[in-house]
Amino acid sequence: MKHRTFFWFFLPTATAMLLFIAYPIISIITQSFYTPHEAVLIVSEVCDPFGCKEETTVDQEATNALRVSKPAGNFVGWNIYLDRGHLATTEVAEAWRSREGLGDFFNALGNLPFYRAMAFTLTYTFVVTPMLIIVGFMIALGVNSLHRQLKGLVIFFSLLPMIITPLIGSLILFWMLDSRGILGSALQWMANDPSLSMKASTGLTWVMLMVYGVWHAAPFAFVVFYAGLQTLPQDTLEAARIDGANRWQQVKHVIIPHLMPLVTFVALIQLMDNFRVFEPIVSFNAEAHATSLSWIIYNDLQGETRQLSAASTTSVLTIIGVAILLSPVLVRTWRDFKGKT
Amino acid sequence: MFLKKLALASIMTLTASSAFAACEISGRVSIVGNEFPAIHAVANGAKECSGGEVKANLTADHQKINVAGMSGNPAEYTTAIIANSSIAALMNENVIRPIDDLVAKYGQNLKKNQLITVSGKVMAVAFMANAQHLVYRKDILEKAGLQPPKTYEEMLAGAKVIRDKGLLQNPLGGAYKAGWNLGQEFNNMYIGHGGEFFKPGTAEPSINNEAGVAALKMMKALSEYMNPDFLTHDSNATSSEWKAGNVAMMNMWGSRMEPLKDPAQSEKVVVENTTLASPMTVGGGSTPATTLWWDGWTVAKNISDEDAAATFQAMANGIDPSQLDSEMSTLAVWLIDGYKPTPAAVGVFAAAKMNATPYPMLPFIGLLHTALGAEIVDFMLGKESAEQALADVEAAYTAAAKEKGFLK
Repeated sequence: MKHRTFFWFFLPTATAMLLFIAYPIISIITQSFYTPHEAVLIVSEVCDPFGCKEETTVDQEATNALRVSKPAGNFVGWNIYLDRGHLATTEVAEAWRSREGLGDFFNALGNLPFYRAMAFTLTYTFVVTPMLIIVGFMIALGVNSLHRQLKGLVIFFSLLPMIITPLIGSLILFWMLDSRGILGSALQWMANDPSLSMKASTGLTWVMLMVYGVWHAAPFAFVVFYAGLQTLPQDTLEAARIDGANRWQQVKHVIIPHLMPLVTFVALIQLMDNFRVFEPIVSFNAEAHATSLSWIIYNDLQGETRQLSAASTTSVLTIIGVAILLSPVLVRTWRDFKGKT
Repeated sequence: MFLKKLALASIMTLTASSAFAACEISGRVSIVGNEFPAIHAVANGAKECSGGEVKANLTADHQKINVAGMSGNPAEYTTAIIANSSIAALMNENVIRPIDDLVAKYGQNLKKNQLITVSGKVMAVAFMANAQHLVYRKDILEKAGLQPPKTYEEMLAGAKVIRDKGLLQNPLGGAYKAGWNLGQEFNNMYIGHGGEFFKPGTAEPSINNEAGVAALKMMKALSEYMNPDFLTHDSNATSSEWKAGNVAMMNMWGSRMEPLKDPAQSEKVVVENTTLASPMTVGGGSTPATTLWWDGWTVAKNISDEDAAATFQAMANGIDPSQLDSEMSTLAVWLIDGYKPTPAAVGVFAAAKMNATPYPMLPFIGLLHTALGAEIVDFMLGKESAEQALADVEAAYTAAAKEKGFLK
């Protein structure tokens, strides 16, 4: 393609990418280095239906003058990144100095919002991603060997978890798992423990969230693998059969190698998705037991006083996290690309 | 429920359009506010005005959109319906205007105590009051041989009796969901113990003290008698537990009492025995462990004077004493002139009579509330000490307050 043609061809995409991807990222990076101005506080008389009293309020005129003089806010450098709500360097250093063994140090770390969220986010990502690939692959193999007329129906039902909006899907599961819900009661009966509650225990809440994660994302892996199975080289498979390979050997030596590029693709997408785990935490009301970086952003923005700088900083940290997570795969793709040219 | 609301809304519009057609406005009115029947009633009253467009966006997410929707020039929303907790955010961002002139011109039917003033300037008009208070099941307390509790200590002792007698496994209820609800329960209990949230005249937190520890310990003790899922139960879930007859005593919002006694939603035995009472005290204190709330409306700053006048007139019409029919009276504890308390208002009135503390209107209280809701969870789960949890709250609040410029 001529450079000129390429330019005009690519222009709309590039504009959209700049506008909807690059610009917001630049915006949050900027916001993460600035904070609102210092609020000038005064004590004044406040009256409401229950009486009058002296209360601290913001001096609007003085604060406004500050705002007008420096519209971007205060430049604070890395302060927000290093404060207790984020990387908490001071607190971590202190915990390291006063540790009584590694366990104690990790306990102290788990008390800081960022590290607590990371603990769950990483566990979730590295448990759910392989699980959903395995489950998705098994469904794909199963469906592929079904009779032609059954396939359509089974495919439709296997896709349902992905079609349901995550917020709704997790809410349904949340109610079913309630100690008075159908699954919750069934579990109590099976464990023979009437006080068993999924929602009251941190461990069980984590399990519940991860089961949901696999349930929700497995159909995605299934669709991709199922499409891949349609392109299986039949002659290789036939040759394997003639050589006396059983079903397991066929899967291991023919099907899996054939689907490997797709596994990379699914892993890439799902690592990214799972690192941003959010909806199940909200729907399961699980914030007492499990938080994630996305949940922290949400929480910073939903209070009566919104913390835009804190939310921006966590967003930047999330982007960095995703980049680190994907780097091995990206490096490999880059090498493959270099090798080809 | 939805159908009922719809029916209610249509009845109101019908009666409204026939009864009062006096409201004439010339300007744009756009309302943003929370979503519950009392607010719907006010918005519908505002919509009766003719001569200008009146629209309302009522949603539980109103706090996420009101500041943004009022920051533009002209502002999208000409009025926000808020409570004493959320007016601070609007004043901090300087998006609402003083309305003294409008009150003088159009506010003949407002009572003086409806006016929210800051340094002598009227910033909002309150129309209803709310508070959390005790509600109990008469039948269960009688079976257990108990008097309705006056203090949280009595409530705790009563819960033990009810459980020991096998009447109910988890006799206590409470909106203890991690986050805002849990933070609010701490606020109640801390105020009940006589605590002060900040060092006077500053934004520095002062909750890591004896009162704070005592408040947390009482919450933990109460939670032993709650459904084990209590950290996931907000006011809605707690109300459902009540309606199903699983709870004998709880501290609950006055604005949520009406549905508890609704035969369409509650078990028959619950409807017959649900009894409202005053809020409880704790730790030998005389201040009840609850907070007083008001809901009211404001007028946006970045709009033309015509729109501001139209907004004020329409909203004043929404809370006009002539609106108070038998239907509207039951929806809330109205501050409107001529309101006669209904049985659902007993608890809130008792709270006001006991001189309960209003929820503080401080610019930085929201940050402390958020920090509380997130950081005392570990204590409630038994993972750390009360002192450690309170130290965490102060540290989390300090980081947030520094960011927002309230602390250096």
